[in-house]
Amino acid sequence: MAKKIKISINGVSVEIDQDTTILDAARQTGVIIPTLCYHKDLCVAGNCRVCIVEIMGQKRLTAACATPCEEGMDILTNSLKVRNSRKHIIELLLSEHNADCTRCYKNGNCELQKLASEYKIMTQDFIRLVPFKNYTIDQFSPSIIKDDSKCIRCQRCVRTCAELQGVNALTVAHKGDQMKITTFFEKAMNDVVCTNCGQCINHCPTGALVEKNYIEEVWDAIADKTKHVIVQTAPAVRVGLGEELGFGPGVRVTGKMVAALKRLGFDAVMDTDFTADLTIMEEGTELLTRLKRKMVDHDPDVKFPMATSCSPGWIKYIEHMYPDYLDHLSTCKSPQQMFGALAKTYYAKARNLDPETIVSVSIMPCTAKKFEANRPEMHDSGYRDVDYVLTTRELAIMIKQAGIDFMRLDDVHYDRLMGESTGAGVIFGATGGVMEAALRTAYELVTGRDVPFDNLNITPVRGMEGVKEATVKIENPLKEWAFLEGVELKCAVAHGLVNAHKVMESIRSGESNYQFIEFMACPGGCLGGGGQPIPTNPEIRRKRAEAIYAEDEGMPLRKSHQNPEIIKIYKDFLDHPLSEKSHHLLHTHYSPRDRF
Amino acid sequence: MNPVTDLIKNLADEYGRERQHLLPILQGVVEQEKYLSEFSMVEIARELDLPASEVYGTATFYSFLEYKKMGRYIIRICKTITCSMKGKNQVLLAIEDMLKISLGETTPDGNFSLLQTNCLGFCHKAPAMLINNEVYTELTPEKVRDILSSYMKKQ
Repeated sequence: MAKKIKISINGVSVEIDQDTTILDAARQTGVIIPTLCYHKDLCVAGNCRVCIVEIMGQKRLTAACATPCEEGMDILTNSLKVRNSRKHIIELLLSEHNADCTRCYKNGNCELQKLASEYKIMTQDFIRLVPFKNYTIDQFSPSIIKDDSKCIRCQRCVRTCAELQGVNALTVAHKGDQMKITTFFEKAMNDVVCTNCGQCINHCPTGALVEKNYIEEVWDAIADKTKHVIVQTAPAVRVGLGEELGFGPGVRVTGKMVAALKRLGFDAVMDTDFTADLTIMEEGTELLTRLKRKMVDHDPDVKFPMATSCSPGWIKYIEHMYPDYLDHLSTCKSPQQMFGALAKTYYAKARNLDPETIVSVSIMPCTAKKFEANRPEMHDSGYRDVDYVLTTRELAIMIKQAGIDFMRLDDVHYDRLMGESTGAGVIFGATGGVMEAALRTAYELVTGRDVPFDNLNITPVRGMEGVKEATVKIENPLKEWAFLEGVELKCAVAHGLVNAHKVMESIRSGESNYQFIEFMACPGGCLGGGGQPIPTNPEIRRKRAEAIYAEDEGMPLRKSHQNPEIIKIYKDFLDHPLSEKSHHLLHTHYSPRDRF
Repeated sequence: MNPVTDLIKNLADEYGRERQHLLPILQGVVEQEKYLSEFSMVEIARELDLPASEVYGTATFYSFLEYKKMGRYIIRICKTITCSMKGKNQVLLAIEDMLKISLGETTPDGNFSLLQTNCLGFCHKAPAMLINNEVYTELTPEKVRDILSSYMKKQ
């Protein structure tokens, strides 16, 4: 137990743990101190000064986020001195911020705007510095727009890129009034090591970093009568979307989301979970094939550990940082891209449609997916496999624009053919989910029995720990897999690229001997993705994860190979996992990129 | 191999390859090359296993680490108030007139670059300027012409 100390906040005595910051102590006692540069995911910076408080007996005001409480402290959070100073600080921040709010993508969801509104900043006492600022607007990336005129230099994005992701695409350059947030040699985000994960967007308090939105393009496609617009929704969207539309965090809105998409005018509403199940079939088979090639054929070219390839942020990361390990990646495309390739082949054929007329849209918790859809590798259907990628936030905007009362929608089920999924597909949205889903299927494929965990719940790979490990021992396998008898399958799960870095370093140094590793670029997996509702923080991620696992538990089928539509697609179209057709449509290879 | 790559390797051997050795290595490259090119920064990042963005951030923070191509002699004239009061403007005009360049520019022959600097600590002998590491004080337009002439003869 931490030592308790006594302090007073606004005249009320409270007892709190030693080493608590003034900010946390105030929050614990129900006093809200506004913040801007502070974020629960990140280290304390203390640079915006919005959280200043007065400590009796001290002349200068103190930043509450960066100051630990001391015995007997008498703290005022709303004295006249604090109020006036805080107001000035907000005015100063606004003076260098391009406050053209009505024309800003973040209008209504901007922390600076909210503060200005709370403190009723109606006048302009300081010189507007924006016209004198040497700012750039970087729109070259298919995922991210960076507008320096709106940047207040709080450095949340820089800390995110370094601490959560270990990518360091963003940095602080120059000094004093020239100081700015930029990349190496002030290049475009698209030309540096940026993985497009979008965590910087999710952590930016203003509109300085936003996703490149494709809302109008999708509206145009829907309005075009000659086009057949098909939409897929990623697993994590259903546990995040509600937050943008009036629900609390962790509420599952699957049925309402499908209903809303139908009302928006999409011709078919399908589920990425279906191709998540398909990924498991392909990836699970690939893993077993690799094991066989290694253990039976003693093929020296087969690479272990095998790494998952669902997360496009992780893919770009490994291309930049570990190009010599690209052979370790599973050749499977991500579920989004598998879906895209099938939409313009399998689906087109089944519905008797000209693939030329199909517009394939995906709703993703992710900004890197926009980049992925844009990759030259992703045209295997003969067309661009996925035409437009919208984030969870963009879908919420469309629903609001369409005047749909989301709360009152009745649940609707996905369309047939590529809309059926199992619990295994759903948990792709959480860290450890791909691993768990793969193990459920692979173990049964090899032994004919359920994976030896209570109720199929492989709990060691769940939760928010950065790197998780699990070992599954294979006993009494079926005859054709007899060579796996007694083999201990060592698995690891890493989420957040800073943890991916740890695992990759342990592989490079030879200290770890995993066979299968799941990598997700974003903390918490897709449910904490860069395209998810803002804010996303540890508490919200935990609630979304609970919702994902609840959705899994509630599914009648929880193993990918049981999905009837999966069985059907192999029967009617793909033959079997890793068939020639699936190699052509569902698998790909990536190329090295520069690290510097 | 590129001579800069060798230089960076030698500097890293001399100072070490930890994060805290970045600054002396940057200084070492500037000493030799007069500025940090994109190529040098990438090589330093590679040698020290640091993000390139961090090298750039550090290089742009310090006034005496240039990141644009500079001439052989970098003239830094003090821009602060004492030097201004003591006739810095006339000195600056004399330099600009003689070299036919403005502040921030480099002569076409690549010999001189003209920059401003913050206080050099020579207020008592203002106006002051630096040419590479040499300090020149109590400048007048006449004096500065003589100084520059001597540098021109050096080549």
